[in-house]
Amino acid sequence: MTASVAEAGAGHRTWRGIVLLAVFGLGIWAQVSGIVPAILRYREDIVYLARQHMTLVAMSGSIAIVIGIPLGILIARSRIPFLGPAIGQVINLGTTIPTLAILALAMTVLGLGTPSAVFGLAVLTLLPIMLNTVAGLKSVPAPLIEAARGMGMTRAQILVKVELPNAMFVILAGIRTALAINVGTVPLAFLIGGGGLGELIFTGIDLMEPGLLLAGAIPTALLAVLVDIAVGQLQYWLVPRGVNPLR
Amino acid sequence: MIRLEHVTKIFAGITAVDAVDLEVGAGEVCVLLGPSGCGKTTTMKMINRLIEPTSGKIFVDGRDTAAVDEVTLRRSIGYVIQQIGLFPNKTVEDNICVVPDLLGHDRRQSRKRAAELLDMVNLDPGIFLKRYPKELSGGQQQRVGVVRALAADPPVLLMDEPFGAIDPINREVIQDEFMKLQAALKKTVVFVSHDIDEAVKMASRVAIFRAGRLIQYDTPDNILAHPIDSFVADFVGSDRTLKRLRLLRVADAMVGDPPVVRAEDTLDTAARLMAERGHVSIVMVGPRGRARGFVRLDAAQGRPGMVGENHEKLPCIINIRDDLRTAVSQMFMHDLTWLACVDDDGFYRGYVTQRGITHLLGATYRDR
Repeated sequence: MTASVAEAGAGHRTWRGIVLLAVFGLGIWAQVSGIVPAILRYREDIVYLARQHMTLVAMSGSIAIVIGIPLGILIARSRIPFLGPAIGQVINLGTTIPTLAILALAMTVLGLGTPSAVFGLAVLTLLPIMLNTVAGLKSVPAPLIEAARGMGMTRAQILVKVELPNAMFVILAGIRTALAINVGTVPLAFLIGGGGLGELIFTGIDLMEPGLLLAGAIPTALLAVLVDIAVGQLQYWLVPRGVNPLR
Repeated sequence: MIRLEHVTKIFAGITAVDAVDLEVGAGEVCVLLGPSGCGKTTTMKMINRLIEPTSGKIFVDGRDTAAVDEVTLRRSIGYVIQQIGLFPNKTVEDNICVVPDLLGHDRRQSRKRAAELLDMVNLDPGIFLKRYPKELSGGQQQRVGVVRALAADPPVLLMDEPFGAIDPINREVIQDEFMKLQAALKKTVVFVSHDIDEAVKMASRVAIFRAGRLIQYDTPDNILAHPIDSFVADFVGSDRTLKRLRLLRVADAMVGDPPVVRAEDTLDTAARLMAERGHVSIVMVGPRGRARGFVRLDAAQGRPGMVGENHEKLPCIINIRDDLRTAVSQMFMHDLTWLACVDDDGFYRGYVTQRGITHLLGATYRDR
């Protein structure tokens, strides 16, 4: 028992060593090849555009959450038999449209600039949030709802006190996925004049300048990871201990 | 306390409950019994309007349930289900206090009550109040489920096969705990079950359902002794008279005021006492009346000496409050035709015989 634990610990340490070495090597290579100084040249742009980037994420993300969760609740709890599947079909159809096409379509209606970018991103982010809300609510065991009804909870109380707390983990998992996708898709918003780190990436591509491209790409990736960690923490602390598989 | 008048439920053309009339008195435990699909659960759920009756009236405590707001009605009736349905996002304490919280009762008061109730089902409040349901075993969870239904002190309790999913050993224990709780709290209970043994154990009255109809509504002993038709007879089982043994106490079959001898009596006295009564043995008691042993007739007749030197040990004695099932089991185990009965303090009170038990069980048939 102790031997195997020690072995596992040793294996763990070996892997950590390998990863550290790889990162260190990558750093040396980046420095030697002149990419780090190239990226650092755009520091001011990065900070400015990253802020713009996150504003787009925040706006489209909040819109998607505010619309997606109630819509999911509506679908999951609808007493009208065909409403749920109908909305579900429309949403599913929505997922098949490529992101770029959504942005393009938004642009033809709302014109160039932030509004159409926010709209396109919100539509994209809406889907996972809504689907996870539906899945989370549907996975609440029927006996819980029967017990709640039998004890005299109203429909609203059942939603707030029983269904949402028990579905919270899955709903937050949807938000986590959605926001990570959102951060990674924001660069496309540059194409319809929405701004964000895409400006560096696409300019870098056009000018065939890897430093410029990476100055956009690396912060985008870092932001996606950070957002994922942040929502993960939210998930850890917000979901009650009794229904939180992480605790 | 609860009265059903001609209650009928029709689901999409199929009659699930057919013109049922039923009355449950205050403090009684009424077990609705029958095979699956017989309408017993539907009948129970119509009482707190989880299912609305198609026709007929239901009264709880004199009020027509149709005239009461359904949420108010349900909060005034305790509800326990087989799947337990504890809320996994809430601690045991908060689970127990769901209804008091819904009713806006004082939080400190209801938390205190939760601890008391938990203690009554042998769960240490210090350990369990702050736990989550997933940290409890099935039996512990159902104890909390029962306690939760009692938290707001409702006069009426509905239980839908509450102990059906619990292993047989734990089920016996929980049933006993519930009976103790019920003896203290005197709720009016409607209890759905498909287990005749459970029904016999818990019920003041048993209602037997078949295909939506109430076939027989009577005390457990009458159901077992006089099943109304072959369906009920089959349902309660061919060993139904043996099941009645559980309902009767040793005291019911006991012959009281028995003859006794003491250690200092002569064998001659013992033989005379036995001859007077036509007995083949007699119990020897100690100075204060505790059962100490016994003397056989053939060992005493025409022999000199004292009882104290010639008595044999009693192979077993039985408490007068035990049920006859235990008594018969003891007789079979020790190959005896009679048992000495003692009270809680060990004092000799009388004896039961196989003949006496047979006679008692047969009495109900001779009367008719």
